Amino acid sequence: MDFSQFMVMRDELSLVVLMLVLLLYDLFAPAKGRKYLSRIAGLLFIGQIAITFIPSPMATAFGGMYVSDTITSLTKSVMSMGTMLMFLFARKWLDENHEINKGEFHFLTLSTLLGMYFMVSAGHFLMFFIGIELASIPLACLVAFDKRKTVSAEAGAKFILNAAFASGISLFGLSVLYGATGTLYFSDMPVALTGTPLQITGMIVFASGLFFKMSLVPFHSWTADVYQGAPTPVSAYLSVVSKTAAAVTLFLVFIKVFGSMAASWRPVLYAMIILSITIANLFAIRQKNIKRFLAYSSISQAGYIALGAIAATPQGLAGIIYYLIVYMFANMAAFGVASLVERQSGDSEVSSYNGLYKTNPWLSVLMMFALFSLAGIPPLAGFFSKFFIFAAAVEEGFYILVLVALLNTIISLYYYLLIVKAMFITPNEHPLEKFKSDAYSRIAMGICFAGIVFAGIVSYVYNKTEKLAEPARSYCLSVPEARACIPSAKDCAALPLPESPDEAPCLAADSACMEKTADACRTESQIQ
Amino acid sequence: MEPIIPMEYYLVVSSIMFFAGIYGFITRKNLIAILISVELVLTSTDINFVVFNRFLFPGELEGMFFTLFSIGISAAETAVAIAIIINIYRNLKNVETRNLKNLKD
Repeated sequence: MDFSQFMVMRDELSLVVLMLVLLLYDLFAPAKGRKYLSRIAGLLFIGQIAITFIPSPMATAFGGMYVSDTITSLTKSVMSMGTMLMFLFARKWLDENHEINKGEFHFLTLSTLLGMYFMVSAGHFLMFFIGIELASIPLACLVAFDKRKTVSAEAGAKFILNAAFASGISLFGLSVLYGATGTLYFSDMPVALTGTPLQITGMIVFASGLFFKMSLVPFHSWTADVYQGAPTPVSAYLSVVSKTAAAVTLFLVFIKVFGSMAASWRPVLYAMIILSITIANLFAIRQKNIKRFLAYSSISQAGYIALGAIAATPQGLAGIIYYLIVYMFANMAAFGVASLVERQSGDSEVSSYNGLYKTNPWLSVLMMFALFSLAGIPPLAGFFSKFFIFAAAVEEGFYILVLVALLNTIISLYYYLLIVKAMFITPNEHPLEKFKSDAYSRIAMGICFAGIVFAGIVSYVYNKTEKLAEPARSYCLSVPEARACIPSAKDCAALPLPESPDEAPCLAADSACMEKTADACRTESQIQ
Repeated sequence: MEPIIPMEYYLVVSSIMFFAGIYGFITRKNLIAILISVELVLTSTDINFVVFNRFLFPGELEGMFFTLFSIGISAAETAVAIAIIINIYRNLKNVETRNLKNLKD
């Protein structure tokens, strides 16, 4: 048997090895050594992140069931980094409340991460389904991790029942698609898709499972409850890493498989983006609980992320991944501060933030930066991520959609400023006392702060993302009206144009240029 | 030639199961009953896969394999859901949805 195919799955294999080492260490280590578990997990995990950064060539394994290219590898690195930040923030909470089941926490988190890896790399719907389930079943255990708290169990029940229901609906759509096309491979299905009503129904019903994971509006009602009831590090994980996997997979599945039916799914996504952004913003204004507040904020962010998917161009994908990187830093920082304040004050009400600046200036400043980045205020990274994703959507002609999104940015600024106002302006006789956070949280907050400030200004981050998202160009060709192929002015300038004062030859040259680039695109698609 | 049940009959059964599951999920007030409804939805999709495979694409086994995996995964899902419901029972001494109202807008 040929084992070389396994080497394509380098990222997954290294994660599995890490999980097994931690599980066995947790089982067999002497009582004295068990307190080093988090430290060992952290160090090994850094090694795993380093492995995901090794550039991987485009490759498929197991007859096309598993696909790996620069996009999936970049997404995996982002997800691993988000998980690492979550581990750093969770360290103190685990030591205080879950000394015995620390190992389980790491194992469950890493198995959901493995599921998300498979989701992103899937080349077959069976692989995709196993990935999405492996990502959501252990996540329910994590949500219900504080088993003595009623709210945690309630959130867990709401999550697992809704997730199972969503995956059931999604599977039904998939069975219809299977009946209509006779294949479940991502690469074979587009050939059989002709846009019959049955296929469109199957596609939309199938996509509801992904919309659920991404918590876009008609499928969002679990989000606020689960985020509020779950332990705060788990809420952060749900809002960052789980959403990253869902958003990238949404793009890849819609473009790779359903690209030729873009005319059918674009209106659906259009309506859902407007609903997500608007409704989540309106609900966020009236929240008194910081975790619910961040939950609604993350629903509206999911709407912005979906703008990249509706654009269906390589720029859209680069915009999505860049948005997710920036969003990871900002949201992790916000949840990290929320968890520190929650541990100190005992509840997660917004009123505990009143006058926080006087006693804990650094925490307040970090929270302010994180919220400003989420709102998209210029020098911070959030502005650039919003800019690129809006630009990708405008390029495809979604002017009204982007206008609605822009107007909603203003509403979102209002409610983000409510928290900033509570911290800096609202007078409070008894603000939260000054406290010192643990070293690991401080490291994580430092990383987040650097990310919020520099991920936008340092253009290397976006350029690199755009370069790595390049393979998407070949998928985007299947989208009928995608303009990935239409030559830009730059392409035409590269061609030798005849020097002439009148305009006619110029136009002729232009049309020749169009022809030429279109030909190049056509040949490229044939090669694919 | 022996009489064979047409494909549509199977699909009618699976659709009825699917929509009964959705109806139950929305209307039931007991967590275990909700879980049963979810299982109905998942099982109806299994029937669909097998029927499509048997009648439309008899040369392959893709649908059958999908069903096998789906059954295994929904068993795991049920196990976790039951564990969480037992945890709720320990905290609240019942599993009615009307008592799960700590988290709401």
